[in-house]
Amino acid sequence: MQTRLKVKRQNPGEAGSQPHYQDYSIDIHPDSTVLDALMHVREQVDGTLALRCSCRASICGSCGMRVNGRARLVCKTRVADLAPNGEELTIEPMGNQKVVKDLVVSLDTFFDQIKRVKPFMQPDEEPESGEFIASNESMTNLLTAMNCIMCGCCVSDCTVLEVDSNFIGPAALAKAWRFTEDPRDDRRDERLKALNDEDGGIWDCTRCMQCVEVCPKDVAPMDRIMELRDAAIEAGNTNTSGYRHTESFYNSVKKNGRLDETRLAVDSAGWMNIPRLLDLAPIGFKAMMKGKLPPIRPHKAEDKQKIKDLYEKVEGDR
Amino acid sequence: MYEHDLLIIGAGLAGLRAAVEGTRNGLKTAVITKVHPVRSHSNAAQGGINAPLTDRGDEWEGHALDTIKGSDYLADQDAVEIMSSEAGEAVLELERMGVIFSRGDDGRLGTRRFGGQKVARTFFVGAITGSAMLHVLYEQALKYGLQVYEEWFVTSLIKEDGAVRGVIALDIKTGELHAIRAKAVLMAAGGAGRVFEPSTNAVICTGDGLSLAWRAGAPLMDMEMIQYHPTTLARTGILLSEAARGEGAYLLNSDGDRFMEKYAPDYMELASRDVVSRAEQTEINEGRGIDGNVLLDLRHLGRQFIEDRLGYLQEVAVEFLGIDLAEQPVPIRPGMHYIMGGIKTNADGETEIPGLYAAGECANVSVHGANRLGANSLLDTVVFGRRAAVKSVEYVKSIGESGSDTEQHLRAEKERLQALLDRPQGSRTADIRNEMAEGMTAGIGVFRDQTSMEGAIAKVDEMRKKYDESIYVEDKGKVFNTDLMFALELDFMLDTAQAIANSAIMRKESRGAHFRTDMPDRDDENWLKHTLVYKDGEGVRTETLDVVITQWQPVKRVY
Repeated sequence: MQTRLKVKRQNPGEAGSQPHYQDYSIDIHPDSTVLDALMHVREQVDGTLALRCSCRASICGSCGMRVNGRARLVCKTRVADLAPNGEELTIEPMGNQKVVKDLVVSLDTFFDQIKRVKPFMQPDEEPESGEFIASNESMTNLLTAMNCIMCGCCVSDCTVLEVDSNFIGPAALAKAWRFTEDPRDDRRDERLKALNDEDGGIWDCTRCMQCVEVCPKDVAPMDRIMELRDAAIEAGNTNTSGYRHTESFYNSVKKNGRLDETRLAVDSAGWMNIPRLLDLAPIGFKAMMKGKLPPIRPHKAEDKQKIKDLYEKVEGDR
Repeated sequence: MYEHDLLIIGAGLAGLRAAVEGTRNGLKTAVITKVHPVRSHSNAAQGGINAPLTDRGDEWEGHALDTIKGSDYLADQDAVEIMSSEAGEAVLELERMGVIFSRGDDGRLGTRRFGGQKVARTFFVGAITGSAMLHVLYEQALKYGLQVYEEWFVTSLIKEDGAVRGVIALDIKTGELHAIRAKAVLMAAGGAGRVFEPSTNAVICTGDGLSLAWRAGAPLMDMEMIQYHPTTLARTGILLSEAARGEGAYLLNSDGDRFMEKYAPDYMELASRDVVSRAEQTEINEGRGIDGNVLLDLRHLGRQFIEDRLGYLQEVAVEFLGIDLAEQPVPIRPGMHYIMGGIKTNADGETEIPGLYAAGECANVSVHGANRLGANSLLDTVVFGRRAAVKSVEYVKSIGESGSDTEQHLRAEKERLQALLDRPQGSRTADIRNEMAEGMTAGIGVFRDQTSMEGAIAKVDEMRKKYDESIYVEDKGKVFNTDLMFALELDFMLDTAQAIANSAIMRKESRGAHFRTDMPDRDDENWLKHTLVYKDGEGVRTETLDVVITQWQPVKRVY
């Protein structure tokens, strides 16, 4: 099968080297993965192409890169699935990470994020002999996060990290969840408080779902982050704009059937948080000048009762 | 200049377990690894880790005997006794570090059955046991603040006054060569699957550690003992864990028969791996295969069970072959998987070279003999990784400073690499590698004989000559030059292949994985012996060594 690859080449360490795209046209087995194709290029066509790969079986996490703009493990991505009629495939390095060469990125940022969540078990004391006693359900529950192979795909396509490099990031937060949910770990409250209070913590996720989409191992980092939020609130961490935002959203829709955006902004900042409110003032002023300020008295939905019924149904189901 | 007490080459399970121990014992410890630790090939171990837990009625002697029978009586029994008796504590310690092993209803660790054993004593995490253990040991490395030379590739060992005193290594990201001095070096660099084609092994399994130690003068032992895993996926050669059969999957031939009945009526699909692989190959050779494969059937286990306990297998079968294991049997065949042989060590990881220790797949203690039981490799890594590090403590404390000619080592190595880069044209690494690896599979397969093994030796010698005369590195840059690295890896692979082929032709009998169609019987009278190969210039020097028998006399091996 004839395949066309358009590969982004760059070597930032070499003077005068500019990023550019290079085309390769190769003949491969119809069942080939994108990794097979790239390895073929490297072995037979162009020995200077740099990429990482190792296991070829989606367990080592080496070969994360972008194919047609989306982060993937190329060892488990079949060429024919993306290019059934021989369409060109665009291969680029992962995003949000510094490029070392060609398709190889530095994972320093990734692992620095992991280190921020104290990623090791911290029991107050260990059993004198034998193992910790824990239910099988509590352990298999953790498998969701233990399936993470640290490939970096979620970090690559995280839309928050694109604008805020201080965000702990989806992979590290999923790792943190693995410890808060482990009955053998005794630092749950401390961990949750840190994740809640820290700049770049659990409240910085915008729920764009990108990490859930691209994760090749179904870790669903965003779902783990949402669970961390619930757990943090349940543990009494309510003095954050994230919590106030959630609370205000909930109350506004329940009361009016619609979102009161003005109140949401002020509630989230906190009514006594003068500096933050002063920060908001110019934004409000600009919005007013453009006629975009939400009404001070919120609109109400016509049939509020239906929405209240929905609340009751959802809350009743819980 | 970098200096350490203990430098560990390789960051898989053996290397990281050793590193934790070295750090706990107060040694200035570092790990050097050509890939990030969590990329190590220990990841690929799926099914579990064996341990006879005496506090729940199992007996370590039972596991020891199964291991020894599995080894076809080639394992050193004193080493097996140590492994089996330390296994329980090793697994419990991993649990306490955070491994989320599957549990029983009582909240204690649960088990599954594995090949070559009647007792269910394999502890597991779904079908990602190796990955789960590796990530937890990496967590421990972070907890202890372990220094890791990440993506550094060791090109040679520094040897002074007969002892190993450090390494020369290439920082892959910068392309700079450095000397790292260490009072002790522990080789935990893993296996050499890429010497064969196909293989279940990762692209990184290139026998670096075997070759480095061999060049430093350490003998390699029982290198002919190559494990062919019975269930590797058709076409891709990807591993499907023995856990499938441990949980009850059948092997079927083209007539739909559970053919293991003929070969191992008592153990059926759970006979030792060498036995099952030979049975499959026989079925295929005699025309009862399907396109060179037989079938692995999980359908009767049910979808829920498969997803819960064998999730990764389902993922692989669906992703790579589009087969749903709950609906359809999957075509599989024997595939090269593991090397039982390795750097000869005692049960404390000591090699014949002072200052050089070894553990994990690159070492041969020997506990696997002529055939390793499934789920004994993970056990081997943590038990002997720890022991090797402990042993190195005394040595590190006992030796003084040595006269250092580090700069001279570094200069010589720089010149060697530069000469490689300076060659303007020649043979591609992949071409030599593929020809060598296909020659090795043809000559030293599930079945072998004098002619096939001679063919392998001739092929390896031919490829060595071609390499020395014409290997060509196309990439002349410094940063992340994988082309250069592959050429250096092939150099190691050619050494490893030479050692394997020359060991194989020594052994004039059939035992375990070494099955000669021209000498099909085991010969305890003459060959209850290990084969040893030393590097001797461009050639090899061979010796044999008696197997250590403690309490189990060899008997006929029937499953």
